[in-house]
This record gives sequence, structure tokens and C-alpha cells, in this order.
Amino acid sequence: MNLRAAPNFRAVWAIYRVEMARAFRTVLQSIISPVISTSLYFVVFGSAIGSRINEIDGIAYGAFIVPGLMMLSLLTQSISNASFAIYFPKFVGSIYELLSAPVSYLEIIIAYVGGAATKSIMLGLIILATAALFVPLRIEHPFWMMAFLLLTAVTFSLFGFIIGIWAKTFEQLQLVPLLIVTPLTFLGGSFYSIHMLPGIWKTITLFNPVVYLISGFRWSFYGKADVSVGVSLGMTLVFLAICIAIVAWIFKTGYRLRN
Amino acid sequence: MHRAASDLYQVTFSSRPYFSMSSIISISGVTKTYATGFKALKEINLDIERGEIFALLGPNGAGKTTLISIVCGIVNRSSGSVTVDGHDIGKDYRDARSLIGLVPQELTIDAFETVWATVNYSRGLFGKAPNKDFVEKVLRDLSLWEKKDSKAITLSGGMKRRLMIAKALSHEPRVLFLDEPTAGVDVELRQDMWAMVRRLREDGVTIILTTHYIEEAEAMADRVGVINKGEIILVEGKAELMRKLGRKQMTLELRVPLSAVPDGLSRYSLELSGDGNQLTYTYDNQSDRPGVASLIRDLEATGVQFRDLDTKNSSLEEIFVNLLRQEP
Repeated sequence: MNLRAAPNFRAVWAIYRVEMARAFRTVLQSIISPVISTSLYFVVFGSAIGSRINEIDGIAYGAFIVPGLMMLSLLTQSISNASFAIYFPKFVGSIYELLSAPVSYLEIIIAYVGGAATKSIMLGLIILATAALFVPLRIEHPFWMMAFLLLTAVTFSLFGFIIGIWAKTFEQLQLVPLLIVTPLTFLGGSFYSIHMLPGIWKTITLFNPVVYLISGFRWSFYGKADVSVGVSLGMTLVFLAICIAIVAWIFKTGYRLRN
Repeated sequence: MHRAASDLYQVTFSSRPYFSMSSIISISGVTKTYATGFKALKEINLDIERGEIFALLGPNGAGKTTLISIVCGIVNRSSGSVTVDGHDIGKDYRDARSLIGLVPQELTIDAFETVWATVNYSRGLFGKAPNKDFVEKVLRDLSLWEKKDSKAITLSGGMKRRLMIAKALSHEPRVLFLDEPTAGVDVELRQDMWAMVRRLREDGVTIILTTHYIEEAEAMADRVGVINKGEIILVEGKAELMRKLGRKQMTLELRVPLSAVPDGLSRYSLELSGDGNQLTYTYDNQSDRPGVASLIRDLEATGVQFRDLDTKNSSLEEIFVNLLRQEP
């Protein structure tokens, strides 16, 4: 093996930098707008409506929704960042350069998913800081909070990457986040505990993977969870493994990239 | 313009004969069948010599871009093998691809990046250490230095094309693919591009250009390959090709129409136009047929007077069209 056969870290860095530069170029869209919308959630649900809602599991409603709101943004932003990052060069045709470059599939993934995940983690932390201005927060398990943040960001960036490769039109690009992810997040306990649901709905909800993400994440804040933390972590890892398997298949077959 | 380009071509061509070089790209038995069942390439075998300018000619849809895309790693081949400087494009894809620069046909650039950022990105993507001086030189050579802080979206079409070239050259490739480089490009830029290609060749870069502007191949190429319906139907040194297949023609505008070619001129096999106003003499370049001078003497002797005369070489274009016509 000679030098050039070694991993192409420069390429990973080049892609990562371009992705991060895009975030800062569109700072209004990528940072400020989620902050504004989160603030609105707190004004409406935290103060206006939240003041009339009882505590849930001993947590004030405004504080209770913080982990769910962070997850909501983390999920949608990870997916949209990663899917757009790979769809855009496909759409304008500049993907030729990536495909003709001496980069491995793994390096492409690390760069794009790394870029998308970094952005959504930054965003999650900004939302957390914004939330701290409105409601009293406590984080009982900071390590696990960061671990869930990281795992979720990476998993859903991978998921977004898959959507970006699969999508043939801008409409398809929007379709999955809009029709599947947003409803699942809203119904996944962002704004309530699933124990508040009537019998059958509680069971149905357990088929929603987002429930486990939000439950585990909320546990890292307040030590209270809808389902056990081990199950939450396990389900997150299962979803990560599924995404990795799909990406591996895409790259093995050249699906919608090299055909 | 045409003449200037051919003159320059003569200079470079004679100073660097192509036939003494070894092959840098070797394509053997490559086929491509798309998922739709369309056979874009049928069993392509082709060697590109080190340091040459190779023109791949063919009508639209002949398989030129598919072939280039396979060599560059953009499209998977269905079968066959390709090596670049001895590196297999599958097994040693890193080594193979780092040697290649590609300028695709379409202007496909991230519109919101600056010229400087986008060219440095390309260099990084190909695993090269940052080198500001080199990137500056590339941009200066392509008259893009003044625009280095402009976003790609603000550039004119010609400048975008140059930016695509700058990206391809940013990682110092040894082989440069130019896919239809002058499609829709104005005369001045075309001249610049030809000059650039010649400079690169002087530096030892191998250049493969696809074109359906035959004039481009005629002006630039050392060797010409013709591809049609997914098959290479001919590969030949350009000079060789022109010599073998080229023809010359002299057309005389007559003062007085003739009803038949006079007997005294029968050895020239002249063609008389329908209205009797034109005589055409066709002779090939290595002709063993009598020359134009003797024809003119004989015309005088037989009393045929002409108003004007016109001679022309058959162009590569005519050769090309004839070749495609002969195809089943």
C-alpha cells in the first residue's frame, strides 16, 4: 500500500468544511429561525398554556417539553441538513466531482454525516440555552444527555443521507420529513407523557421509534422516563444499525449514484 | 482563427511525436448496459498514449460521455477493465483517480461558493495538501484571479467554464478529460482553451477530449478515435487519417458552358456539372494523378476558359461523415 492508498483525510476535511461554511452562510435559516420557533413554543406552551397545565411526573410543563422540543429540532434538522447536502450536488450535477475523487464511501459518509450532525448538535445546544432563559432546567445525567444527542444526530443524519440519495425531486426530499418524521415526533411524546394516553393508544405508540429517543433523552434531564433507558438506548442503536446497513447497501450497489 | 490554430498545432505536433510514447490509459473489453437494457458501450478496447492529445469523436449518444464517466469512476462498468498508469480503476481507485482531472460537459458548480473556495475544495477532495501558490497560478493562467472572491453564480458562462477547468487542474492531474470543452463557447475563449491545452501537453499532461466539433479535433489532436453506437470504429493518427482518407478538390467556373468534357482532358476524370458551368477535379494528397499545373496547361491547350477557380481540402468532418455512413 503506498501513500495515496491511505485514507483521504484531506477530502473528509474539505467536504466537512464546505458543509459547515454553508451553515454559517445561511445563518439566518440554519440557526436563527429554529431559535425563534423554539422561543415561540415556550411562549405558547410554556407560559401561556403551560401555566394552566399540571406538572407531569413532578416536572413543570414548560421544563417537561424541553427535551422533546430539542429532539424535534434535532430530528428534523439532521434529516434536512444531510439530505440536502447530498441531494443538492446530485440536483445541480456537481456530484461528478465527488464520484471521480479518490475518496471512499466511508469517507464520504463521515464527512457529510459529520457535517450534518455537527450542525444539528450545535442547534440542539442553542435551543437548550434558549430554553434556559424561559424555564428552570436541570440535567441529571449530562453524559447521557450528550450521548443521546450525539447518537440521535448521527442516526438521523444518516437517515437524511439515505433520503437525499433516494430522492429524485425536491418534493420527495420533503416528503419523508413532512409526512413521517414530524407526525412521529409530535405523537412520540414531545409534549406529553405517553402514560397520559388511553389504553390502546399507549400500545400503538410503543411502535413509534421516536418515543424511545424522547423518553431516553428526557430521562437524562429529569431522571424520569416513559420506557426504560436501556430499551431507549437499544432502540436508538437498532435504528442506527438499520441506517448503516442501508447505506452500506447503497454504496455496494451504486444505487442512484453510479448508475 | 482556424488557420492560426492549425499553424500552432503544426508546431507542437512536430515537436512531440506521439508514436514514441507508452500507454497511460488502457481500456479493455469495457461494456456498459444501463438498467433500462440500453447497451451504451459494446466491448470497448482503447489505449491512450502518454502525453498525447486524443480526440474522441462521435455523434450525440454514441457513448463518449459514458466511456469517460467509467474511466473517471462516475459510472460503474458492466464488464471489462480499465487501468490508469497501471492502476486498476476498481482495485486501486485512489491511485487511478488522483491522476485524473475531469472537465464535464455541463456547467455544474455550487453557485454559492466563491471561486477561491471551490478550487481549493477540489484540491482537498483529491487529497492534495493546500498550496495557495499553485491555486493562484491556475487561476491566473485561466484569467480568473480577479474573480477569486466572486461567487460562482455571478460569473459569465465562459468564466464558469474556466472555473470548471481550474477545479480539474487544481490537483495537478497527469491526465485531463475535456468533455465537449468548447460547446457553446465563444471564439476568444476557444482560442484560449486551445492554447491552454497545448501548454498542458508541453508539461506532459495527457489530454483526452471529446467533441463533435471536428474542427477542434483537426486543430488539436495527435490521434483521433471515432465512436459510434457504443463501438470504437477507428483509431488513427490524425495526420495519417487525413492523408489516407483526405481528398483535394479543384472547381473551375467556366466562361462558356460545356456540353461534354473535351477529349484532351479525359485523363483527369473531370466531373462536369449539370448546367455545364463547372468542372471539378478530385485528387488525393499523395496523388499519383497529374497535378493541377498540368491540368491548367491542358485547359489552355484545349481552349477551355475559366472565370474563377477554387480548391479545397476535404476536412476531418467529411472524413468523419463518410466513416459513419459506411457503418451498417
